Amino acid sequence: MTTDEATRGGRPLVHAVNVHKSFHHVEVLKGIDLDVHPGEVVVLLGPSGSGKTTFLRCINQLETIDGGRIWVDGDLMGYEDRGGTLHRLGDKAIAAQRRDIGMVFQRFNLFPHKTALENVSEAPVQVKGVKKSEARQRALELLAQVGLADKPAAYPAQLSGGQQQRVAIARALAMDPKLMLFDEPTSALDPELVGEVLKVMRDLAAGGMTMIVVTHEMGFARDVADEVVFMDGGVVVEQGPPHEVIDNPKHARTRAFLSRMRQEEAAAGHAESAEALAQAATAPDPAE
Amino acid sequence: MSTTQVPDTTDRPGAIHARPVRHPGRWLAIAIIVIVLAMMVSSLVSNPRWDFPFMYRVMIYQPVIQGLLHGTILGTIGAMVLGIGLGIVIGIMRLSENPVLRGVSFAYTWFFRAIPRLVLLLLLGTGLGYLYPKFDIGYFPFSQQLADLLGFHADTTAFSIDVNAISSTLIMGILGLGLSEAAYMAEIARAGIQSVDRGQTEAAQALGMSRGKTMRRIVLPQAMRVIVPPTGNETIAMVKDTSLLFAGLSLIDELLFQTNTIGTRTLKIMPTMIAATAWYLIVCSVLMIGQFYLERYFGRGFGTKASKKQAKQVEAVTLREGAAAGGTGGM
Repeated sequence: MTTDEATRGGRPLVHAVNVHKSFHHVEVLKGIDLDVHPGEVVVLLGPSGSGKTTFLRCINQLETIDGGRIWVDGDLMGYEDRGGTLHRLGDKAIAAQRRDIGMVFQRFNLFPHKTALENVSEAPVQVKGVKKSEARQRALELLAQVGLADKPAAYPAQLSGGQQQRVAIARALAMDPKLMLFDEPTSALDPELVGEVLKVMRDLAAGGMTMIVVTHEMGFARDVADEVVFMDGGVVVEQGPPHEVIDNPKHARTRAFLSRMRQEEAAAGHAESAEALAQAATAPDPAE
Repeated sequence: MSTTQVPDTTDRPGAIHARPVRHPGRWLAIAIIVIVLAMMVSSLVSNPRWDFPFMYRVMIYQPVIQGLLHGTILGTIGAMVLGIGLGIVIGIMRLSENPVLRGVSFAYTWFFRAIPRLVLLLLLGTGLGYLYPKFDIGYFPFSQQLADLLGFHADTTAFSIDVNAISSTLIMGILGLGLSEAAYMAEIARAGIQSVDRGQTEAAQALGMSRGKTMRRIVLPQAMRVIVPPTGNETIAMVKDTSLLFAGLSLIDELLFQTNTIGTRTLKIMPTMIAATAWYLIVCSVLMIGQFYLERYFGRGFGTKASKKQAKQVEAVTLREGAAAGGTGGM
C-alpha cells in the first residue's frame, strides 16, 4: 500500500477503511480496506457470497455500513463528522454524494417506460438541472460512444441484453462520474453478447476512467485491471497487480478459486473466444 | 423406432394449406344465442309496457340530464379525483419508513373501508350537522379555548363553515364518496408501487435522484400500469355509487332520484328505471373506452402493442436522431 501510494502520489479517489456490514446478524464484510487512485481500474474477484457486490454497493450507499469509513474524493460517505461525532446525512445530501458515482448493475435496471435516449438524459435533467436539449444532445453522443447511435428511440424491451447494458453504461456516464462501479455487468448476458459490453468497458478504462469492477471475466481482469483484489468470506485475501494475483497467486484460497474458474471457462469456452470474436467483428468506434 | 417410409420424391415440402379443425360446437352456440336474442327483441317490440318512446323522453328530460351531469358525472369525477389523490398519498404513507405515517395510513384504511358508503353518507348528511352545526377554524389550534382561558373576549375564528348549509349538497357527497374511495385507492396504489422492481429505485438512487424524485419520475409511472385497471373498476363502481347520494344525503340533483320522481308521478315506474339504466350503461361504456387508452399509454415500453401513430412517431424519431447522432459521432 505505502509503496503504491508513493509511486502514484496524491490522494486516493476511494479510501475505504475497516468496512463492516452485516445482514441479519450474518457478517458479510469483516473489515475491508481498499484504496483506489484516480484513473485506476480495480477488479474484485471472489466466489459468490464473498461480499464483493455488497462492498461495491456500500461505496455508493445502496447499503449502509455498520463499521469503518468510506471516503470518495475526500467526502465521508453517508455521514458528517462534526467534531468527532458522526451525524447521519439526510436523503438529499446522500443523493448529492451519489451523483459523482456511476453504477452499472448486473440486471441493467434500465427504466422500462423510457426510451434509450430518455434513460440517458433523465438524470442530468432531473438531478443536475441541465437543459433538456443539451441533455438530449449529450445522450445521443454517449449512445454513439457505446455503439448505439441508431437506437435512441428504442424502449429497453426492444433491445438485446448487451445493448441494454451499454445503454445502462451510457446512462451512468451522462452524470460525468468521477468513479464507475460495475456489479457483474456481464453475468446476466448470453455468452455471445459479453464481448460488446466488455469492449465498451475497455474503451472507458483506456480513456482514464476510475473503475471498480466486480466480474468473473478473467481475460478482462488480466488485460485491464491495474489491481486485482481477491475476496473470500468477507475479507480481502490477496491483492496486487493481475500478473501476481491471477498468474501467481500466493494463497491457497485464491489458487483454488482460480483453478475452478479456469475449469468453468474451459467447459463453457465462452468469454475469451466470444470477446475476441466480437472485437474482430466490431467496426472502429465512431467516437474515435 | 419404427421405420417410416420417406416418400420417394425429390420435392421438398412447401407451404402448408391444411384444413382447419372443425368447431361444430361454436355454430350450435351461435344458433342458440341468435334464437334467444330474437326472442328478446320480439318481446321488447311487442310488449307495450316497455314504452320506449316514454323512456327516451325521460332520458332527455331537462332535470334528468341535469341530475346526470351534476350528481352522477360531476359527483364521480370529484369523488375519484379526491379518492385517487388522497389514496396515492395514503398508499405512499403506508410504505414510508416513518412509523407514525404508516400507522395513520393503516388506521385511515381500516376506518373508511369498514364503513358502508351509504352509512358514511348518512353520517355526513345528518350526523355531522347535528354534532357541528358550524365548523369554526381558528387562527391557530385551540386558539378560542386559550383565549377563553386567559379571559380575553376575543373571537379568534379565522373562517367558519355552515355545515347544515352544505349537508345536502354535492360537495358533501363528493367528500363522503371521495374519503371512502381513498381507502380503496390507497391499497391499489400500494400494490402498484410494490409491483415495481426494487432495482428501479436503486438505479434512480445511484444516479443521485432524491427519494421524492425517484417516486415521481421512476416508480409511480411504472406503478400506473398496475394501478390503472383496478382504478377503472373503481371509477365504474363510483358511477353507480352516486345513486346513493339521495338515500344518504337527500341530494336531489342526481340521476336516479330524478327518474324515480317521474316514475312515481306518472306511475310509469319501469320505463323510468330503464331510462336510468340506459344512462348508467352509456356512461360506463364511455369510461371503458377511456380506460383502454389510459392502459395503452402507461403500458408503453412493456411490450403492449403500440398504436400505429406511436409506432410512426418512434420510427420518425429514430431516423431523425439516428442522423443527428451519426453527425455528432463523426466529429
